[in-house]
Amino acid sequence: MHINLTLVVQMAVFAVLIWFTMKFVWPMILGPMQERERRIAQGLAAADKGEEELDRARASAESILREARERAGVIVDQAQRSATEILDHARSAATQEGQRLVAAAQEQIELDAARAKEQLRQQVGAIAVAAAAKLLEREIDARAHEALLSEFAAQL
Amino acid sequence: MAAAQPQVGGYILEHLTFLTNKPQTSLVNFTVIDYDTVFFSVLLAVVFAGSFYWVARRAAGSVRSAPRGFQSFVEMIVEWVDSQVRDVYHGTNRLIAPLALTIFCWVYLFNFMDLVPVDLLPDLAKTMGLPHLKVVPSTDLNGVFGLSLTVFILMIFYSIKVKGPLGFLGELTLHPFSSKNKFVQALFVPVNFVLESVTLIARPVSLALRLFGNIFAGEMIFVLLALLTLEHSYAGLASMSGWGLMLLQALLTFVWGVFHLLIITIQAFIFMVLTIVYLAMAHEHH
Repeated sequence: MHINLTLVVQMAVFAVLIWFTMKFVWPMILGPMQERERRIAQGLAAADKGEEELDRARASAESILREARERAGVIVDQAQRSATEILDHARSAATQEGQRLVAAAQEQIELDAARAKEQLRQQVGAIAVAAAAKLLEREIDARAHEALLSEFAAQL
Repeated sequence: MAAAQPQVGGYILEHLTFLTNKPQTSLVNFTVIDYDTVFFSVLLAVVFAGSFYWVARRAAGSVRSAPRGFQSFVEMIVEWVDSQVRDVYHGTNRLIAPLALTIFCWVYLFNFMDLVPVDLLPDLAKTMGLPHLKVVPSTDLNGVFGLSLTVFILMIFYSIKVKGPLGFLGELTLHPFSSKNKFVQALFVPVNFVLESVTLIARPVSLALRLFGNIFAGEMIFVLLALLTLEHSYAGLASMSGWGLMLLQALLTFVWGVFHLLIITIQAFIFMVLTIVYLAMAHEHH
Protein backbone atom coordinates (compact mmCIF):
# COMPACT_ATOMS: atom_id res chain seq x y z
CA MET A 1 0.00 0.00 0.00
CA HIS A 2 1.89 2.99 -1.19
CA ILE A 3 1.65 5.93 -3.51
CA ASN A 4 4.70 6.88 -5.55
CA LEU A 5 5.99 8.15 -8.89
CA THR A 6 4.22 5.24 -10.62
CA LEU A 7 0.98 7.19 -10.22
CA VAL A 8 2.30 10.07 -12.31
CA VAL A 9 3.76 7.73 -14.91
CA GLN A 10 0.47 5.84 -15.06
CA MET A 11 -1.49 9.06 -15.59
CA ALA A 12 0.88 10.13 -18.35
CA VAL A 13 0.65 6.76 -20.09
CA PHE A 14 -3.13 6.85 -19.74
CA ALA A 15 -3.31 10.35 -21.20
CA VAL A 16 -1.18 9.33 -24.18
CA LEU A 17 -3.27 6.21 -24.65
CA ILE A 18 -6.52 8.21 -24.60
CA TRP A 19 -5.08 10.65 -27.11
CA PHE A 20 -3.93 7.82 -29.36
CA THR A 21 -7.30 6.04 -29.21
CA MET A 22 -9.14 9.26 -29.85
CA LYS A 23 -6.95 10.25 -32.77
CA PHE A 24 -6.02 7.00 -34.53
CA VAL A 25 -8.31 4.23 -33.35
CA TRP A 26 -11.87 5.28 -32.58
CA PRO A 27 -12.75 7.33 -35.68
CA MET A 28 -10.80 4.99 -37.98
CA ILE A 29 -12.85 2.01 -36.83
CA LEU A 30 -16.27 3.56 -36.21
CA GLY A 31 -16.23 5.65 -39.40
CA PRO A 32 -15.86 2.73 -41.83
CA MET A 33 -18.32 0.73 -39.72
CA GLN A 34 -20.96 3.42 -40.07
CA GLU A 35 -20.16 3.79 -43.76
CA ARG A 36 -20.57 0.05 -44.20
CA GLU A 37 -23.81 0.16 -42.23
CA ARG A 38 -25.06 2.91 -44.54
CA ARG A 39 -24.12 0.87 -47.60
CA ILE A 40 -25.85 -2.23 -46.28
CA ALA A 41 -28.98 -0.23 -45.53
CA GLN A 42 -28.84 1.22 -49.03
CA GLY A 43 -28.36 -2.24 -50.52
CA LEU A 44 -31.32 -3.63 -48.60
CA ALA A 45 -33.47 -0.70 -49.63
CA ALA A 46 -32.43 -1.22 -53.26
CA ALA A 47 -33.22 -4.91 -52.99
CA ASP A 48 -36.66 -4.06 -51.61
CA LYS A 49 -37.22 -1.60 -54.40
CA GLY A 50 -36.05 -4.13 -56.98
CA GLU A 51 -38.41 -6.73 -55.61
CA GLU A 52 -41.25 -4.26 -55.70
CA GLU A 53 -40.39 -3.37 -59.27
CA LEU A 54 -40.22 -7.04 -60.17
CA ASP A 55 -43.69 -7.55 -58.72
CA ARG A 56 -44.96 -4.58 -60.64
CA ALA A 57 -43.33 -5.79 -63.86
CA ARG A 58 -44.74 -9.27 -63.30
CA ALA A 59 -48.22 -7.83 -62.81
CA SER A 60 -47.95 -5.64 -65.88
CA ALA A 61 -46.59 -8.54 -67.93
CA GLU A 62 -49.53 -10.62 -66.83
CA SER A 63 -52.01 -7.91 -67.76
CA ILE A 64 -50.31 -7.46 -71.14
CA LEU A 65 -50.44 -11.19 -71.70
CA ARG A 66 -54.11 -11.32 -70.75
CA GLU A 67 -54.88 -8.45 -73.08
CA ALA A 68 -52.95 -10.11 -75.88
CA ARG A 69 -54.80 -13.35 -75.29
CA GLU A 70 -58.11 -11.51 -75.40
CA ARG A 71 -57.17 -9.71 -78.56
CA ALA A 72 -56.02 -12.95 -80.13
CA GLY A 73 -59.38 -14.48 -79.27
CA VAL A 74 -61.16 -11.54 -80.83
CA ILE A 75 -58.99 -11.81 -83.92
CA VAL A 76 -59.61 -15.53 -84.24
CA ASP A 77 -63.34 -14.96 -83.85
CA GLN A 78 -63.23 -12.26 -86.45
CA ALA A 79 -61.22 -14.45 -88.77
CA GLN A 80 -63.65 -17.29 -88.36
CA ARG A 81 -66.54 -14.98 -88.95
CA SER A 82 -64.98 -13.47 -92.03
CA ALA A 83 -63.97 -16.91 -93.29
CA THR A 84 -67.57 -18.06 -93.01
CA GLU A 85 -68.64 -14.88 -94.68
CA ILE A 86 -66.15 -15.35 -97.50
CA LEU A 87 -67.20 -18.94 -97.87
CA ASP A 88 -70.86 -17.92 -98.00
CA HIS A 89 -70.02 -15.24 -100.49
CA ALA A 90 -68.08 -17.66 -102.60
CA ARG A 91 -70.78 -20.22 -102.37
CA SER A 92 -73.51 -17.79 -103.37
CA ALA A 93 -71.30 -16.34 -106.11
CA ALA A 94 -70.62 -19.80 -107.45
CA THR A 95 -74.31 -20.67 -107.32
CA GLN A 96 -75.16 -17.47 -109.11
CA GLU A 97 -72.44 -18.09 -111.65
CA GLY A 98 -73.66 -21.62 -112.18
CA GLN A 99 -77.19 -20.40 -112.64
CA ARG A 100 -75.97 -17.73 -114.99
CA LEU A 101 -73.99 -20.27 -116.97
CA VAL A 102 -76.93 -22.61 -117.10
CA ALA A 103 -79.17 -19.74 -118.20
CA ALA A 104 -76.65 -18.64 -120.83
CA ALA A 105 -76.32 -22.20 -122.07
CA GLN A 106 -80.06 -22.59 -122.29
CA GLU A 107 -80.33 -19.28 -124.11
CA GLN A 108 -77.64 -20.42 -126.44
CA ILE A 109 -79.40 -23.70 -126.95
CA GLU A 110 -82.65 -21.88 -127.66
CA LEU A 111 -80.88 -19.49 -129.98
CA ASP A 112 -79.20 -22.37 -131.77
CA ALA A 113 -82.47 -24.25 -131.99
CA ALA A 114 -84.19 -21.15 -133.34
CA ARG A 115 -81.43 -20.65 -135.83
CA ALA A 116 -81.59 -24.28 -136.85
CA LYS A 117 -85.36 -24.04 -137.18
CA GLU A 118 -84.96 -20.92 -139.31
CA GLN A 119 -82.45 -22.68 -141.52
CA LEU A 120 -84.62 -25.73 -141.68
CA ARG A 121 -87.57 -23.55 -142.56
CA GLN A 122 -85.63 -21.83 -145.31
CA GLN A 123 -84.30 -25.10 -146.56
CA VAL A 124 -87.77 -26.66 -146.42
CA GLY A 125 -89.03 -23.58 -148.30
CA ALA A 126 -86.35 -23.99 -150.87
CA ILE A 127 -86.99 -27.69 -151.10
CA ALA A 128 -90.70 -27.05 -151.38
CA VAL A 129 -90.08 -24.48 -154.06
CA ALA A 130 -87.74 -26.81 -155.84
CA ALA A 131 -90.21 -29.65 -155.42
CA ALA A 132 -93.06 -27.48 -156.68
CA ALA A 133 -90.98 -26.33 -159.61
CA LYS A 134 -90.19 -29.85 -160.44
CA LEU A 135 -93.82 -30.70 -160.10
CA LEU A 136 -94.92 -27.83 -162.25
CA GLU A 137 -92.03 -28.45 -164.62
CA ARG A 138 -91.61 -24.94 -164.92
CA GLU A 139 -89.87 -22.34 -163.19
CA ILE A 140 -91.84 -20.38 -160.73
CA ASP A 141 -90.86 -16.87 -160.59
CA ALA A 142 -89.20 -16.93 -157.26
CA ARG A 143 -89.48 -13.28 -157.02
CA ALA A 144 -93.15 -13.25 -157.68
CA HIS A 145 -93.82 -15.81 -155.08
CA GLU A 146 -91.47 -14.76 -152.53
CA ALA A 147 -94.11 -13.41 -150.25
CA LEU A 148 -96.05 -16.62 -150.56
CA LEU A 149 -92.96 -18.67 -149.86
CA SER A 150 -91.88 -16.81 -146.77
CA GLU A 151 -95.40 -17.05 -145.41
CA PHE A 152 -95.24 -20.69 -146.02
CA ALA A 153 -91.84 -21.00 -144.42
CA ALA A 154 -93.04 -19.11 -141.36
CA GLN A 155 -95.85 -21.59 -140.93
CA LEU A 156 -93.46 -24.44 -140.68
CA MET B 1 3.34 -26.40 10.95
CA ALA B 2 4.70 -23.76 13.30
CA ALA B 3 8.07 -23.90 11.63
CA ALA B 4 6.43 -23.45 8.27
CA GLN B 5 4.79 -20.14 9.13
CA PRO B 6 7.73 -17.90 8.08
CA GLN B 7 7.77 -19.63 4.71
CA VAL B 8 4.06 -19.00 4.18
CA GLY B 9 4.39 -15.40 5.32
CA GLY B 10 7.40 -14.90 3.10
CA TYR B 11 5.61 -16.37 0.11
CA ILE B 12 2.61 -14.10 0.54
CA LEU B 13 4.78 -11.06 1.20
CA GLU B 14 6.76 -11.81 -1.92
CA HIS B 15 3.54 -11.60 -3.90
CA LEU B 16 2.73 -8.26 -2.31
CA THR B 17 6.09 -6.62 -3.01
CA PHE B 18 6.69 -4.52 -6.08
CA LEU B 19 9.87 -4.30 -8.08
CA THR B 20 11.02 -0.82 -7.07
CA ASN B 21 14.17 1.23 -7.49
CA LYS B 22 14.43 1.43 -3.69
CA PRO B 23 12.38 0.25 -0.72
CA GLN B 24 9.45 2.50 0.11
CA THR B 25 8.96 3.12 3.80
CA SER B 26 6.46 5.97 3.87
CA LEU B 27 2.97 5.84 2.40
CA VAL B 28 3.72 8.53 -0.17
CA ASN B 29 7.14 8.92 -1.74
CA PHE B 30 7.46 10.29 -5.22
CA THR B 31 11.06 9.26 -5.69
CA VAL B 32 10.09 5.58 -5.72
CA ILE B 33 8.80 3.91 -8.85
CA ASP B 34 7.26 0.47 -9.39
CA TYR B 35 9.07 -0.84 -12.43
CA ASP B 36 6.78 -3.85 -12.75
CA THR B 37 3.55 -1.85 -12.81
CA VAL B 38 4.98 0.63 -15.29
CA PHE B 39 6.36 -2.14 -17.47
CA PHE B 40 3.15 -4.15 -17.63
CA SER B 41 0.96 -1.04 -17.98
CA VAL B 42 2.97 0.16 -20.94
CA LEU B 43 3.17 -3.34 -22.40
CA LEU B 44 -0.61 -3.78 -22.17
CA ALA B 45 -1.14 -0.26 -23.53
CA VAL B 46 0.98 -1.23 -26.52
CA VAL B 47 -0.95 -4.49 -26.91
CA PHE B 48 -4.27 -2.63 -26.88
CA ALA B 49 -3.22 0.34 -28.99
CA GLY B 50 -1.22 -1.83 -31.39
CA SER B 51 -3.93 -4.38 -32.07
CA PHE B 52 -6.69 -1.79 -32.39
CA TYR B 53 -4.51 0.41 -34.58
CA TRP B 54 -3.78 -2.62 -36.76
CA VAL B 55 -7.54 -3.05 -37.26
CA ALA B 56 -8.08 0.70 -37.74
CA ARG B 57 -5.52 0.73 -40.56
CA ARG B 58 -7.40 -2.03 -42.36
CA ALA B 59 -10.91 -0.81 -41.53
CA ALA B 60 -10.91 1.93 -44.16
CA GLY B 61 -10.46 -0.64 -46.94
CA SER B 62 -13.14 -2.95 -45.61
CA VAL B 63 -16.15 -0.76 -46.23
CA ARG B 64 -17.18 -2.90 -49.19
CA SER B 65 -16.55 -6.26 -47.57
CA ALA B 66 -17.68 -8.07 -44.45
CA PRO B 67 -15.25 -7.80 -41.51
CA ARG B 68 -13.51 -11.02 -40.58
CA GLY B 69 -11.69 -12.55 -37.66
CA PHE B 70 -9.98 -10.14 -35.31
CA GLN B 71 -11.47 -7.17 -37.11
CA SER B 72 -15.04 -8.24 -36.35
CA PHE B 73 -14.03 -8.88 -32.75
CA VAL B 74 -12.64 -5.35 -32.45
CA GLU B 75 -15.65 -3.87 -34.25
CA MET B 76 -17.93 -5.73 -31.87
CA ILE B 77 -16.19 -4.16 -28.88
CA VAL B 78 -16.19 -0.71 -30.48
CA GLU B 79 -19.88 -0.90 -31.33
CA TRP B 80 -20.73 -2.18 -27.87
CA VAL B 81 -18.79 0.63 -26.18
CA ASP B 82 -20.39 3.11 -28.53
CA SER B 83 -23.88 1.92 -27.58
CA GLN B 84 -22.97 2.08 -23.88
CA VAL B 85 -21.86 5.67 -24.31
CA ARG B 86 -24.95 6.60 -26.34
CA ASP B 87 -27.22 5.18 -23.66
CA VAL B 88 -25.84 7.55 -21.04
CA TYR B 89 -24.38 10.54 -22.81
CA HIS B 90 -26.21 12.43 -25.54
CA GLY B 91 -23.81 15.33 -26.10
CA THR B 92 -21.20 15.92 -28.74
CA ASN B 93 -18.01 15.42 -26.75
CA ARG B 94 -15.73 13.34 -28.93
CA LEU B 95 -13.51 12.30 -26.04
CA ILE B 96 -15.91 10.20 -24.00
CA ALA B 97 -16.36 7.22 -26.33
CA PRO B 98 -12.63 6.70 -27.09
CA LEU B 99 -11.93 7.22 -23.39
CA ALA B 100 -14.48 4.55 -22.49
CA LEU B 101 -12.97 2.14 -25.01
CA THR B 102 -9.47 2.80 -23.70
CA ILE B 103 -10.56 2.25 -20.10
CA PHE B 104 -12.47 -0.93 -20.80
CA CYS B 105 -9.74 -2.58 -22.83
CA TRP B 106 -6.82 -1.41 -20.76
CA VAL B 107 -8.42 -2.30 -17.41
CA TYR B 108 -9.56 -5.63 -18.83
CA LEU B 109 -6.00 -6.40 -19.88
CA PHE B 110 -4.71 -5.31 -16.45
CA ASN B 111 -7.17 -7.64 -14.79
CA PHE B 112 -6.49 -10.41 -17.25
CA MET B 113 -2.90 -10.58 -16.01
CA ASP B 114 -4.48 -12.01 -12.86
CA LEU B 115 -5.30 -15.19 -14.79
CA VAL B 116 -1.64 -15.83 -15.59
CA PRO B 117 -0.55 -18.44 -13.02
CA VAL B 118 0.54 -16.46 -9.97
CA ASP B 119 4.07 -17.80 -9.79
CA LEU B 120 4.88 -18.11 -13.48
CA LEU B 121 6.12 -14.62 -14.27
CA PRO B 122 7.64 -13.88 -10.82
CA ASP B 123 9.63 -17.14 -11.00
CA LEU B 124 10.77 -16.34 -14.54
CA ALA B 125 11.82 -12.92 -13.27
CA LYS B 126 13.80 -14.56 -10.49
CA THR B 127 15.82 -16.56 -12.98
CA MET B 128 16.63 -13.22 -14.63
CA GLY B 129 17.76 -11.81 -11.29
CA LEU B 130 14.75 -9.69 -10.42
CA PRO B 131 13.76 -10.21 -6.75
CA HIS B 132 10.07 -9.33 -7.11
CA LEU B 133 7.50 -8.97 -9.82
CA LYS B 134 3.84 -8.00 -9.57
CA VAL B 135 2.24 -8.56 -12.91
CA VAL B 136 -1.26 -7.14 -12.32
CA PRO B 137 -1.24 -3.32 -12.59
CA SER B 138 -4.75 -3.09 -11.14
CA THR B 139 -3.46 -4.53 -7.85
CA ASP B 140 -1.22 -1.49 -7.56
CA LEU B 141 -2.87 1.55 -5.97
CA ASN B 142 -0.80 3.73 -8.29
CA GLY B 143 -2.18 1.81 -11.26
CA VAL B 144 -5.84 2.26 -10.38
CA PHE B 145 -5.50 5.81 -9.04
CA GLY B 146 -3.62 6.78 -12.15
CA LEU B 147 -6.78 5.96 -14.08
CA SER B 148 -9.33 7.37 -11.68
CA LEU B 149 -7.43 10.62 -11.07
CA THR B 150 -7.15 11.20 -14.80
CA VAL B 151 -10.89 10.65 -15.05
CA PHE B 152 -11.33 13.01 -12.09
CA ILE B 153 -9.29 15.71 -13.80
CA LEU B 154 -11.40 15.30 -16.94
CA MET B 155 -14.58 15.54 -14.84
CA ILE B 156 -13.44 18.83 -13.28
CA PHE B 157 -12.17 20.12 -16.61
CA TYR B 158 -15.43 19.51 -18.45
CA SER B 159 -17.54 20.73 -15.52
CA ILE B 160 -15.73 24.04 -15.61
CA LYS B 161 -15.68 24.14 -19.40
CA VAL B 162 -19.40 23.47 -19.78
CA LYS B 163 -20.77 25.35 -16.78
CA GLY B 164 -18.06 27.95 -16.25
CA PRO B 165 -16.09 28.35 -13.02
CA LEU B 166 -19.05 29.99 -11.31
CA GLY B 167 -21.45 27.34 -12.45
CA PHE B 168 -19.15 24.65 -11.13
CA LEU B 169 -18.74 26.47 -7.84
CA GLY B 170 -22.51 26.91 -7.64
CA GLU B 171 -22.95 23.21 -8.17
CA LEU B 172 -20.66 22.58 -5.22
CA THR B 173 -22.30 25.09 -2.87
CA LEU B 174 -25.98 25.55 -3.79
CA HIS B 175 -27.04 21.92 -3.53
CA PRO B 176 -28.54 19.86 -1.99
CA PHE B 177 -29.83 22.47 0.50
CA SER B 178 -31.12 25.70 -0.92
CA SER B 179 -33.37 28.51 0.25
CA LYS B 180 -34.95 31.61 -1.18
CA ASN B 181 -33.84 33.50 1.89
CA LYS B 182 -30.36 34.93 1.19
CA PHE B 183 -29.27 34.64 4.82
CA VAL B 184 -30.33 31.00 5.18
CA GLN B 185 -28.72 30.28 1.85
CA ALA B 186 -25.44 31.75 3.10
CA LEU B 187 -25.64 29.39 6.07
CA PHE B 188 -26.25 26.46 3.74
CA VAL B 189 -23.24 27.20 1.53
CA PRO B 190 -20.52 25.68 3.76
CA VAL B 191 -22.69 22.68 4.57
CA ASN B 192 -23.40 22.10 0.89
CA PHE B 193 -19.74 22.56 0.03
CA VAL B 194 -18.65 19.89 2.48
CA LEU B 195 -21.33 17.46 1.30
CA GLU B 196 -20.73 18.04 -2.38
CA SER B 197 -16.95 17.93 -2.04
CA VAL B 198 -17.16 14.60 -0.31
CA THR B 199 -19.48 13.33 -3.05
CA LEU B 200 -17.13 14.62 -5.70
CA ILE B 201 -13.96 13.23 -4.17
CA ALA B 202 -15.65 9.94 -3.34
CA ARG B 203 -16.08 9.30 -7.05
CA PRO B 204 -12.45 8.78 -8.10
CA VAL B 205 -11.64 7.12 -4.78
CA SER B 206 -14.45 4.59 -5.03
CA LEU B 207 -13.71 4.10 -8.72
CA ALA B 208 -10.11 3.20 -7.96
CA LEU B 209 -10.66 1.23 -4.75
CA ARG B 210 -13.51 -0.89 -6.14
CA LEU B 211 -11.30 -2.10 -8.96
CA PHE B 212 -8.27 -2.45 -6.71
CA GLY B 213 -10.18 -4.36 -4.02
CA ASN B 214 -11.77 -6.84 -6.39
CA ILE B 215 -8.63 -7.66 -8.31
CA PHE B 216 -6.36 -7.63 -5.26
CA ALA B 217 -8.70 -10.04 -3.48
CA GLY B 218 -8.84 -12.22 -6.57
CA GLU B 219 -5.08 -12.38 -6.75
CA MET B 220 -4.90 -13.13 -3.06
CA ILE B 221 -7.21 -16.11 -3.50
CA PHE B 222 -4.88 -17.49 -6.19
CA VAL B 223 -1.90 -16.96 -3.85
CA LEU B 224 -3.71 -18.68 -0.98
CA LEU B 225 -4.65 -21.62 -3.21
CA ALA B 226 -0.99 -21.92 -4.14
CA LEU B 227 -0.22 -22.37 -0.43
CA LEU B 228 -1.93 -25.78 -0.53
CA THR B 229 1.15 -27.42 -2.00
CA LEU B 230 3.74 -24.84 -0.91
CA GLU B 231 4.71 -26.62 2.31
CA HIS B 232 5.44 -29.96 0.74
CA SER B 233 8.70 -31.26 -0.60
CA TYR B 234 8.75 -33.00 -3.99
CA ALA B 235 8.87 -36.31 -2.16
CA GLY B 236 5.86 -35.33 -0.10
CA LEU B 237 3.94 -34.33 -3.23
CA ALA B 238 4.64 -37.71 -4.76
CA SER B 239 2.69 -39.41 -1.94
CA MET B 240 -1.04 -40.12 -2.12
CA SER B 241 -2.02 -37.11 -0.01
CA GLY B 242 0.38 -34.97 -2.04
CA TRP B 243 -1.39 -35.94 -5.26
CA GLY B 244 -4.69 -35.20 -3.57
CA LEU B 245 -3.52 -31.74 -2.59
CA MET B 246 -2.23 -31.00 -6.09
CA LEU B 247 -5.52 -32.10 -7.62
CA LEU B 248 -7.44 -30.03 -5.10
CA GLN B 249 -5.32 -26.97 -5.84
CA ALA B 250 -5.71 -27.43 -9.59
CA LEU B 251 -9.46 -27.87 -9.28
CA LEU B 252 -9.99 -24.90 -6.95
CA THR B 253 -7.69 -22.69 -9.01
CA PHE B 254 -9.63 -23.62 -12.11
CA VAL B 255 -13.00 -22.92 -10.48
CA TRP B 256 -11.79 -19.61 -9.07
CA GLY B 257 -10.21 -18.76 -12.42
CA VAL B 258 -13.54 -19.26 -14.21
CA PHE B 259 -15.30 -17.15 -11.61
CA HIS B 260 -12.58 -14.55 -11.77
CA LEU B 261 -12.99 -14.33 -15.53
CA LEU B 262 -16.44 -12.93 -14.79
CA ILE B 263 -15.12 -10.57 -12.13
CA ILE B 264 -12.37 -9.04 -14.26
CA THR B 265 -14.85 -8.38 -17.06
CA ILE B 266 -17.44 -6.89 -14.73
CA GLN B 267 -14.85 -4.69 -13.02
CA ALA B 268 -13.57 -3.36 -16.34
CA PHE B 269 -17.18 -2.77 -17.39
CA ILE B 270 -18.08 -0.96 -14.14
CA PHE B 271 -15.02 1.26 -14.40
CA MET B 272 -15.97 2.17 -17.95
CA VAL B 273 -19.67 2.78 -17.26
CA LEU B 274 -19.02 4.88 -14.17
CA THR B 275 -16.50 6.95 -16.11
CA ILE B 276 -19.11 7.58 -18.79
CA VAL B 277 -21.72 8.46 -16.17
CA TYR B 278 -19.39 10.83 -14.31
CA LEU B 279 -18.36 12.61 -17.48
CA ALA B 280 -21.96 12.80 -18.66
CA MET B 281 -22.86 14.36 -15.31
CA ALA B 282 -20.03 16.85 -15.75
CA HIS B 283 -21.75 17.99 -18.95
CA GLU B 284 -25.19 18.36 -17.38
CA HIS B 285 -26.62 21.58 -16.10
CA HIS B 286 -28.67 21.42 -12.95
